[in-house]
Amino acid sequence: MTIYMGAPDSSGRFGEFGGRFVPEALIPACLELEAAFKDAWADTAFHEEFEETLREFGGRPTPITYCPRLSAQLGIEIYLKREDLAHTGSHKINNVVGQALLTKRMGKPRMIAETGAGQHGVASATAAARLGLECTVYMGEIDTQRQALNVFRMELLGATVVPVTSGSRTLKDAVNEAMREWVTCVEDTHYCLGSVMGPHPFPWMVREFQSILGREAAEQCQTLGVGTPDFVVACVGGGSNAAGIFSGFANSTAKLIGVEAAGGSAIGFGMPGVLHGMRSMLIQDEVGQIAEAHSISAGLDYPGIGPEHAYLAATQRAEYYAAGDSEVLDALQLLSRMEGIIPALETAHAVAWVVREAGGLIPKGSKVLINLSGRGDKDVAQVRDILRGEA
Amino acid sequence: MTTLDTQLRAVRDSGRKVLVPYFVAGLDDEWLDCVRAAAFAGADAIEIGVPFSDPIMDGIVIQEASLLALARGTTLTSVLEQLATLDIDVPLIVMTYFNIFHHHGLERAAADLAKAGVKGSIVPDLSLEEVGTWREVGNANDIASILMVAPSSPPARVGQLARQTQGFAYAAARMAVTGVASDSGRGEGVVQGIRAESDVPVYVGIGIATPEQAAAACQYADGAIVGSALVQLLLDGKGPKGVEEFISAMRAALDNVA
Repeated sequence: MTIYMGAPDSSGRFGEFGGRFVPEALIPACLELEAAFKDAWADTAFHEEFEETLREFGGRPTPITYCPRLSAQLGIEIYLKREDLAHTGSHKINNVVGQALLTKRMGKPRMIAETGAGQHGVASATAAARLGLECTVYMGEIDTQRQALNVFRMELLGATVVPVTSGSRTLKDAVNEAMREWVTCVEDTHYCLGSVMGPHPFPWMVREFQSILGREAAEQCQTLGVGTPDFVVACVGGGSNAAGIFSGFANSTAKLIGVEAAGGSAIGFGMPGVLHGMRSMLIQDEVGQIAEAHSISAGLDYPGIGPEHAYLAATQRAEYYAAGDSEVLDALQLLSRMEGIIPALETAHAVAWVVREAGGLIPKGSKVLINLSGRGDKDVAQVRDILRGEA
Repeated sequence: MTTLDTQLRAVRDSGRKVLVPYFVAGLDDEWLDCVRAAAFAGADAIEIGVPFSDPIMDGIVIQEASLLALARGTTLTSVLEQLATLDIDVPLIVMTYFNIFHHHGLERAAADLAKAGVKGSIVPDLSLEEVGTWREVGNANDIASILMVAPSSPPARVGQLARQTQGFAYAAARMAVTGVASDSGRGEGVVQGIRAESDVPVYVGIGIATPEQAAAACQYADGAIVGSALVQLLLDGKGPKGVEEFISAMRAALDNVA
């Protein structure tokens, strides 16, 4: 039997996806990071520090919440893995704590990060503050305007935010600019990439840091008497929260479902290509120029997907579907009203798929675990404007 | 050896310092005239940049020019069709990002480059570890794969890069993306590292903007690559005439290097 979600091969590939497609100037840093991560991940003391930091500072473990009212309405059993209750309001804290600890271990005093809506930027600034690291965050100029409050949060946490004015001035270009800047400061700076993407070892390393939530969820499902869920569902932009929860169930009987934004569906509409250091599925035009993604949720506004997801899709171990903006808005309101939990717009994609497919692809009576990857506080102003017809 | 290896070694052995200008293909209606003007003014090889939406090795000048070229509908195919009409005697090297070739199909891309008379390629996001397939396919079509060596490349990698690059070794003078710089950079150390491992010609690029910087680099290197300064001049509307003046001044400076 194939074992899923193990280590990639020596070239950093999951099947035909992954690899290390970056300029030579960055290769030594990727090699250094790979060696440092392997060393740290084999070190019990590092694991202890990682887990302790997430326990005492990051709010782990997060609970699993059963949804009685929504379950009754949809005729299925719905459980939520509550990453919205982690520090900074999403699963992002798991990855940044891991990378910030690794930055210190490599003896680097500084990290840089990219951010779309600002969640990864805020999390990076948070971890940097906790561990005494300098932090600079690259954020598309359009996103700095859309998410002005998150810019201030990062600044409050002591980080410097650099608006990116090139290209589409959103997440894709924030990654480009962070990579360009990394070339200039690679000797004393770690690039704290925010998802399971980029050149090897990032997709693997970020998944390993996020796997803490999948392991927790699998144990909690046993403790709560749920057993193995029939479906494990997560939203996917780059795919870090999905990789985290999938890793806890990859070698079980659970069906793994990733839900992309309809306007950023790399598995649905993409083709294999090379961007941001990886070979993966990417939305491109007919000559290989990368398209701009469009979604109501800035966090899913990315034309690619992590290479391991491309592999899980190719091998059919996981299935990927898309949710559109309007069903996502409906799902956000439904969960808020029926269960008292306002999910992030990104997360609401996973909820929307479950609502749509209950009794369809999801047979009645199924046990469904949704990774509730983030809380919706950051989105309430945007949602208010849309619902009032002002956006 | 590829044709480019043979040609560039012959230039080096003749004692001439090599000047390699870079153009963004499809930037405007005059871009081919600019390439011609550079050839007539004394360029020894010419880099043709095929624009990509996400040029992570390029600074703001080439990013801006690339977006302008893309907005004009520039594609690999349109660039190669135009290059095929060029009547100059200077080897052409295509520089682009891997997705352009990957999407076109590697074998088809190499064959199309060869048909257009291109002799080499520079693909900055194709690392030593990933370049193998493209180099094989390229070599079947006499396309040399030129590799970059960075100031951060450790000695063991410098050796591998120096032995595996074709045509010339591209020595990056700075830990930076393409752009104009005023300092002298770290090119000399990179060149010495390459020289210790291989007799391949070595050209210095990244941050070379003036005849003085080019001449300084050629004190220790076999040639100089100039990109952003030239592209800026075209963004400023100086056209083929401006190219001719710029390249002539560069040429004169290199010819004065003993």
